[in-house]
Amino acid sequence: MAHTAHSPALVHQFETAEQQHEAGNLGMWVFLATEVMFFGGVFMAYIVYRALHLPAFIQGSHFLNVTLGATNTAVLICSSLTMALAIHAAQTGKSKSTIMMYLILTMLLGIAFLGIKFTFEWTADWREGLVPGLHFTYSGAYSSGVQLFFCFYFFMTGLHALHMIIGLGILTTLTVMASRGRFNSVYFAPLEVSGLYWHFVDIVWIFLFPLLYLIGGRYGGGH
Amino acid sequence: MSDHAEHAGHVVPVKIYVGVFLALLVLTGLTTTVAYIDLGQTHIGLHHEIDWNTVAALTIAVAKMLLVVLFFMHVKYSPGLTRLVVAAGFFWLAIMVALTLSDELARDWTDTAQPWSVLLPLAGSLAKVPALLALLLRS
Repeated sequence: MAHTAHSPALVHQFETAEQQHEAGNLGMWVFLATEVMFFGGVFMAYIVYRALHLPAFIQGSHFLNVTLGATNTAVLICSSLTMALAIHAAQTGKSKSTIMMYLILTMLLGIAFLGIKFTFEWTADWREGLVPGLHFTYSGAYSSGVQLFFCFYFFMTGLHALHMIIGLGILTTLTVMASRGRFNSVYFAPLEVSGLYWHFVDIVWIFLFPLLYLIGGRYGGGH
Repeated sequence: MSDHAEHAGHVVPVKIYVGVFLALLVLTGLTTTVAYIDLGQTHIGLHHEIDWNTVAALTIAVAKMLLVVLFFMHVKYSPGLTRLVVAAGFFWLAIMVALTLSDELARDWTDTAQPWSVLLPLAGSLAKVPALLALLLRS
């Protein structure tokens, strides 16, 4: 083993850097398992209420902009790649400016996602009067069911956006740490576990996009 | 552990990251395109139907999730304990979905004979098997 107990990156309760690395990842995955159940409860509620109010949910889905949803999916996938490359840069001993570049790119893509979400989508929903409780003026077919759909839409995308904002805070911290030269090929645990979080938030969107935007007769005028 | 002694964690080649990234973009395009094609529905029983567009969209989403989990999140290269925790997380989610849907989807099954109703006497007989076994063992 190249790493001795004197390595500043290795805390004393671990035998090797490898063991420390695996323990850190395991802990993060336990947290992510609780996140799976946290989002899972909301997804479950969405599935049940969609089954109970199918025509209304299909009607509601037609108000969403598929082009913006698909664009945002692509933006998040790009940000997952840059996040993975930031960790790769640390693992392979690249300079701190390389790590910082990938982290800043990830943040910019995250900001682009939120920008599209808030300024194009949510603003348009407000203009069209599709915000339950605050500004809901739609009175066409299945109006109460459509209102329920938009309750789910804002709660689910809002919860996801909150996770993105927390992720941006974490990325800011990581960028500062990288600028101080904290990461190297042996110690990059904060990058790795934050990467797991960022990819998890990406996965949530991978399911939100089809569930909210795509399913339910995009091909016609509904059933 | 001997195969990655120089670095903490497995170093995934950039080529694999880029490949996964391109696959994710292609699948995003595919799921968006397929949403505009009517794949039809199949009726099962009296009250339910399988919407093939929904099946396609969710299948692609699961495929994308697996790509992210296995490669971006390094689960393919993680030790068994980590994989077990990952699998357990999704397994518990599956329990919640399965039990909730078993109620939700079965609510209108009562009072109407279904194709599977013919299996009920068989299920009743099977339920008696443990008691019969217990009797045989005691004698």
